[in-house]
Amino acid sequence: MNFSVLTSQFWSLALQGLALGLIYALVSLGYTMVYGVLRLINFANSEVFMVGTFATLFLEVHVLGYATNSPSLHGLKLIWTLLLVFVGSMIACALLAILVELVAYRRLRARGANRLASLISAIGVSIFLLEAMRIVTISRPMTTPRLLDKWTFGDFHGANLRIDTIMSIIIPIIIFVILDRFVTKSRLGKSIRAVSMSEENSKLMGININRVITLTFCIGGLTTGAAAFIYTTVYENTVFNVGFNMGIAAFTAAVLGGIGNLRGAFYGGIALGLLEQFSSAVLGSQWKAVTVFAVLVVVLLFKPNGLFGEAVQQTRT
Amino acid sequence: MANLSNFNLRDKGAELWAGWSRPVRTLFVLACIVVVGFLPFAASFGPTSFLNTPITSFQNVLVYPVGMFILMALGLNIVVGKSGLLDLGYVAFFAIGAYSQGILSTLYGWNTWEVLPVGISIAMLAGLILGLPALRLRGDYLAIITLGFGEIVRIVALNLSVTGGPNGVVGIPNPPAILGFHFDLEHPQDFFWLVLVMILLVIWMIRRFTVRRPGRAWEAIRQDEDVAALMGVNTLVYKLWSFVIGAAVGGAAGVIYASKIFVISPDNFKFEVSILILACVVFGGIGNIWGVILGSALLAYLPERIRFISNARQLVFGLVLIIMMNLRPDGLLPRKKREKITEKGAK
Repeated sequence: MNFSVLTSQFWSLALQGLALGLIYALVSLGYTMVYGVLRLINFANSEVFMVGTFATLFLEVHVLGYATNSPSLHGLKLIWTLLLVFVGSMIACALLAILVELVAYRRLRARGANRLASLISAIGVSIFLLEAMRIVTISRPMTTPRLLDKWTFGDFHGANLRIDTIMSIIIPIIIFVILDRFVTKSRLGKSIRAVSMSEENSKLMGININRVITLTFCIGGLTTGAAAFIYTTVYENTVFNVGFNMGIAAFTAAVLGGIGNLRGAFYGGIALGLLEQFSSAVLGSQWKAVTVFAVLVVVLLFKPNGLFGEAVQQTRT
Repeated sequence: MANLSNFNLRDKGAELWAGWSRPVRTLFVLACIVVVGFLPFAASFGPTSFLNTPITSFQNVLVYPVGMFILMALGLNIVVGKSGLLDLGYVAFFAIGAYSQGILSTLYGWNTWEVLPVGISIAMLAGLILGLPALRLRGDYLAIITLGFGEIVRIVALNLSVTGGPNGVVGIPNPPAILGFHFDLEHPQDFFWLVLVMILLVIWMIRRFTVRRPGRAWEAIRQDEDVAALMGVNTLVYKLWSFVIGAAVGGAAGVIYASKIFVISPDNFKFEVSILILACVVFGGIGNIWGVILGSALLAYLPERIRFISNARQLVFGLVLIIMMNLRPDGLLPRKKREKITEKGAK
């Protein structure tokens, strides 16, 4: 137990935790949105994230031609480059997520198969993607070029305000605001909510269920792709099994906030990020996962639907 | 395709079985046991030598992964198949059994037969401790809690000194010989027979439970927990029972595994194992003992058989899962039609 670190580096840890938590929150949307409409754990989402990190790497190194030792970019060129990679990673992940739905879920859903069958086929997709990337990269961790110079422009109670930390806080918040507006206000967003309340009734109201489900996977893929871009830009490396821990953390965040609930994912992600940082500082990072799951059990005991409850009350499992 | 998915070998088998008299049934069971008992020699026997696995010896493959996977899948099937609780951390009980054997035998000099009941008890206790809070939650919340528990057990093993940290426990002794059976490196077939006996015991236990009160309670809980509770089934108690019995089977498998393998380390008990066992259960046919056995035998054996494409075997494994689930969503040998119809009706 080391509480002195907690007091002396409180703001630094909080800032790191917030940045990490918001990445979790973005990935957890890939679980929570899908869970909202299908009531299924989208097990392949962790590998969608993994592919996103490699898409970022691929775009930077092979499409734009930067080497790992290339000098950092500045000004307009930096913004354009990062924007291009950002959008590219999001599109790659969205396409992959849609493909996952087609391969792993659609046929099984059409036949009314039991939920575990879909779970196993999604796990199959997950194993396939993981192994394919392992073989392609020969299990090597890869470093990405440092396009963004990591300059520090300020100090907040001893916490360095670094550009990439700030970036990984601001981008997710913007995405969440847009997504929240989209789901609550737009026609398509309303159709997603309608399907998550009742598939039968939505069908009767003339909603194309398959299209809504594809859209949901697409949104989950987009946010996961955004998270993959931010992650790769901040940590500057990736490896074929990067998705595993991220997937578990994001899924935990989704459950912590209340799975199926958009805002729950946001706050659940932040809570998880802060919890990980603070508990690592106090107990040592090897006990991080243990603390997280212990807290999760306690939270679920008192709030069985997560901190913010499910978007739709689920009466049947 | 429609024919393929509607054909139900399990129902055909059940029909046949129902038509037999008692002596015929006994004879059939004995014949099956004898055939399975001769499996370790199948690889060196002409016509069936195609079964032989490259690299790893066939007799060892039969013990681990095949035998162990069948044992664990049968245990997990009580939890997932019988009472419909999604457990994503089943490997935890396997690990607890294995570490009980590892620690008690190397530090205190206990032999496997002494550790076995203790290891099973510890696993059951762990199941109780996890189940009491977790089983109050529904569906997928249970999934994440059990997943977390599996990770916690592995991380604790990784960080404690008594479990040897990342190096694990080394030098775990083999079980002492009984009745002329020698459980050591030279006699993998004896190990196989030991596992076979355990599998038969577990099958017997599950069949007893299924036709009695717990089995009916599990079935009711699986189909609709709210209705089961309304009809007076104490759902928490019966869910706990299925969880604890599942844990006991996992623990027993762990004890035997550790006493065969000589070295155990946290890497043996990763999340992937839980997923693999769950895949065995679903692949074979959730809830049906014979389906589960067939599924786990195939999924355990297949990667070993295709080791010559060693680099891509997990890739192929993933593909097989996707294709098979799409072709036969209820598994290779689905559960009884009666149970399936009510399952659809409950949706």
